Amino acid sequence: MISNLLASTATDASLPKSPPSNDTWMPIDASTFASHVDGLYDFLFWLSVVAALSIYGVMFYFIVKYRAKSREASEVGDDVSHHNTALEITWSVIPLLFCVGIFVSGFKGYVDLRTAPREALEIHAQGQKWKWLFTYPNGHVDSELHVPVDQDVRIIIQSVDVLHSLFIPAFRTKMDAVPGRYTDLWFRATKSGEFPVFCAEYCGTSHSDMIAKAVVHEPGGYDAWMEEIVARLDNMPPVELGKLMYDQQGCKTCHSVDGSTLVGPSWQGLWGKTRTFADGSSAVVDENYIRNSINDPMSQVVQGFAPSMPTYQGKLSDKQINGIIEYIKSLK
Amino acid sequence: MSSTATISPSDLGVIPSKAEENYLKHDKGILSWIFTLDHKRIGLMYLVSVLASFALGGFFALAIRAELFFPGPTLITHDQYNQAMTLHGAVMVFLVIIPGIPAALGNIILPLQLGAKDVAFPRLNLMSYHLWVLGALFFIASLVISAADTGWTFYVPYSTTTPTAVIPAAFGAFILGFSSIFTGLNFITTVHKLRPPGMTWFRLPLFVWALYSTAVIQVLATPVIGITLLMLIVERIVGLGIFDPALGGDPVLFQHFFWFYSHPAVYIMIVPAFGVVSEIIAVFSRKEIFGYKFIALSSVAIALLGFLVWGHHMFTSGQSVLAGTIFSAITFLIAIPTAIKIFNWVSTMYRGRIHLDTPMLYAIAFLWVFTIGGLTGIFLSTMSVDVHLHDTYFVVAHFHYVMMGGAITSFMGGLHYWWPKFIGRMYNEKLARIGAILVFIGLNVTFFPQFLLGTRGMPRRYYNYLPEFQELHQLSTIGAFTLGIGFVLTAIYLIQSVRKGPKAAANPWGGTTLEWQCESPPPYYNFHDTPEVNRGPYDGYQHLKFDKEIQGYVPAE
Ligand code: HEC
Ligand SMILES: [Cu+2]
Ligand SMILES: [Cu+2]
Repeated sequence: MISNLLASTATDASLPKSPPSNDTWMPIDASTFASHVDGLYDFLFWLSVVAALSIYGVMFYFIVKYRAKSREASEVGDDVSHHNTALEITWSVIPLLFCVGIFVSGFKGYVDLRTAPREALEIHAQGQKWKWLFTYPNGHVDSELHVPVDQDVRIIIQSVDVLHSLFIPAFRTKMDAVPGRYTDLWFRATKSGEFPVFCAEYCGTSHSDMIAKAVVHEPGGYDAWMEEIVARLDNMPPVELGKLMYDQQGCKTCHSVDGSTLVGPSWQGLWGKTRTFADGSSAVVDENYIRNSINDPMSQVVQGFAPSMPTYQGKLSDKQINGIIEYIKSLK
Repeated sequence: MSSTATISPSDLGVIPSKAEENYLKHDKGILSWIFTLDHKRIGLMYLVSVLASFALGGFFALAIRAELFFPGPTLITHDQYNQAMTLHGAVMVFLVIIPGIPAALGNIILPLQLGAKDVAFPRLNLMSYHLWVLGALFFIASLVISAADTGWTFYVPYSTTTPTAVIPAAFGAFILGFSSIFTGLNFITTVHKLRPPGMTWFRLPLFVWALYSTAVIQVLATPVIGITLLMLIVERIVGLGIFDPALGGDPVLFQHFFWFYSHPAVYIMIVPAFGVVSEIIAVFSRKEIFGYKFIALSSVAIALLGFLVWGHHMFTSGQSVLAGTIFSAITFLIAIPTAIKIFNWVSTMYRGRIHLDTPMLYAIAFLWVFTIGGLTGIFLSTMSVDVHLHDTYFVVAHFHYVMMGGAITSFMGGLHYWWPKFIGRMYNEKLARIGAILVFIGLNVTFFPQFLLGTRGMPRRYYNYLPEFQELHQLSTIGAFTLGIGFVLTAIYLIQSVRKGPKAAANPWGGTTLEWQCESPPPYYNFHDTPEVNRGPYDGYQHLKFDKEIQGYVPAE
């Protein structure tokens, strides 16, 4: 319990951290939407402060001023009219005018948020329990969202299982990932740096750990990053590739490598074990077994576990599966 | 409104009963409660059940807040957190707030305010309560089997695929829907048919107007959630394919169905609160309510407009821009009558003679928190700003300011206002004021920091969070425990008052609505002779005089 408490306050280095903001309330602004959203938010904020303080001010003034002395005196309120047309029209029309203005401004901003420019860098985002995967135009798949600064980017969003929602506070935008249809959002980043990406729609156990990083590159940096990562993946030893897949493809959320049981069994010491399945049959963990577990997990459900592993059929190349096998072998 | 000149003080006195026993003592034995047809006993059973559910929902809330004191796992696991979050929401919405004011307070007070002997259909009323108990048992079944972890919104496809006991929870909500519909039908008929001679529509107390508007929404909207939950259950069992994209269904359709009920349900929860606050502010300001007709009719208008805004929960769901725009515009329209109500209540205090007893403290607390709840609603109906704030703690804070701050504060006000009528005894006023202040402080300390969390991008329904959010979460947790202490204190003095409280007068606050012309606690048949009404509901404070002897008001002969 105590160790838990201590562990939980230690900051995990892999978690993204919002850069300090220059705005009192809003997080750092790093897209072209921020000026509109923050401006309107600030306007609403000050309008609310003025409105609330006026109501509270009048109310407390009345409470103090017209406080009854005691019950015994049986005082009653003054015989003033309980109706005043001029006053009532005023306090209906003024809020109405404000509402119309706010609505129109919010509408304009929303149309802008929802209408992606035709010429944009297109990146596919896939939500799955509990991981975001971003597929770049050249086919590279990554768990981080890398984009160039000052360029329009359109993200086409999909989900493979339940609802998720791609939320990037620094860009002031979010959009649900809905299984069975495409949704999209777009933005134009204005600052380079690293920003957190959240899942904002509840999706089960590790919803709150479905956090990714958005990296905005300086001009030229995006292409350089892409070249570098592609080259690195090509030349990576299988074990490292396997570890990368483990981190990137969501295996990590369900399988530990230290012996602890998460949603699925740990991979530590898995190689060579004899496995018993829910239907009573059994098999030894070898290359074929692992390959089959990845492509068709329902065919061999390990005893004592729920059949909750999604299939990765078609999502992992042979090279990547070989990497995973080597990685599992290495976990003695 | 009706001129006060025609009122004679004796019109405001207690209507004598035939010396029969009061309703609490009229029959004895547990069966005389479980199968009673008396609206007061049914109301009291509802009250006890709702308060017990409130304690359960509150327990889950504290578990959630305690876990969030530190980021990362501390007290409970991911899954337990998700279950606590789901049950907190489901219990508070379906078992506490929806039945809280109408079925518990309203059941007792509505017939009394109408000078009636009971509601129109006493048997149906009993059945509503029995269904409520059955629905609650299903919730508990889900809790015991493997508590649902879908969130109270039951969004598909999560709810159709999670291994937890979703079906008992959804079926429980389905049954509770019937309970709610029956209460609604009963109240509508009661208001139409059982008004006493002379009580025209514009002589109805505002609490009656509020219950009436609420009942209309209950009857019209609740069947939709019933069908939706049934479809969800069928989908889960046989894979029907209405919502499941793998079978050609559409998960967003579920959201449309769900909010088609659940937005109006917001008004099922808050409109009765408007009614309670209207009563309290008039009586404790000793002055007729400002803008009676507006308050009465705007409740109806809000109730009807409330059917046309459900899509404002879905600005980021992929719904079309045009649909979003229409929903946003209508949402702004509703904001205006709501704002005007606040102006009316404050104006009622102008040149009144204000007494700050516990019910009034809660009414003032209501005005405070509801103003914040309403204003932050404007942020969320503004589409571009909502895209950032949607599904963050800003929304959590907003609806807690409205539901907890609005509905529960007003429920507490009503509970303290009518408690002497229900039980026939007074509670300890000093402790009650301390309780009200603790609740008020706790509420603001819990939920205000959540606006900042949400603005900074903290998503809702998070078990874990980035360290940068920690301080605001800790503040919020401290507030939640303050609230907890406030409610425990309230429970203590209320329970104590049942046995030890001093006897309450028939009219301790000087109200002019009919329930105060009935003994405290009311006799079994409420009014031996049906009263005749020749005045508005808030006419005649000047004809009442405080009698120190009985600690209550009597006609000033
Ligand atoms: C949603 C949670 C989840 C994710 C994500 C997941 N798995 Fe699994 N996995 C399970 C569960 C549960 C089992 C045990 C039941 C079964 O055999 O299907 C399992 C079983 C396995 C097994 C058999 C293990 C044994 O002990 O016999 C292998 C191999 C495996 N998964 C590989 C992977 C790989 C590789 C990935 C990532 C590409 C992955 N899993 C992602 C949940 C998950
Ligand atoms: Cu999620
Ligand atoms: Cu709504």
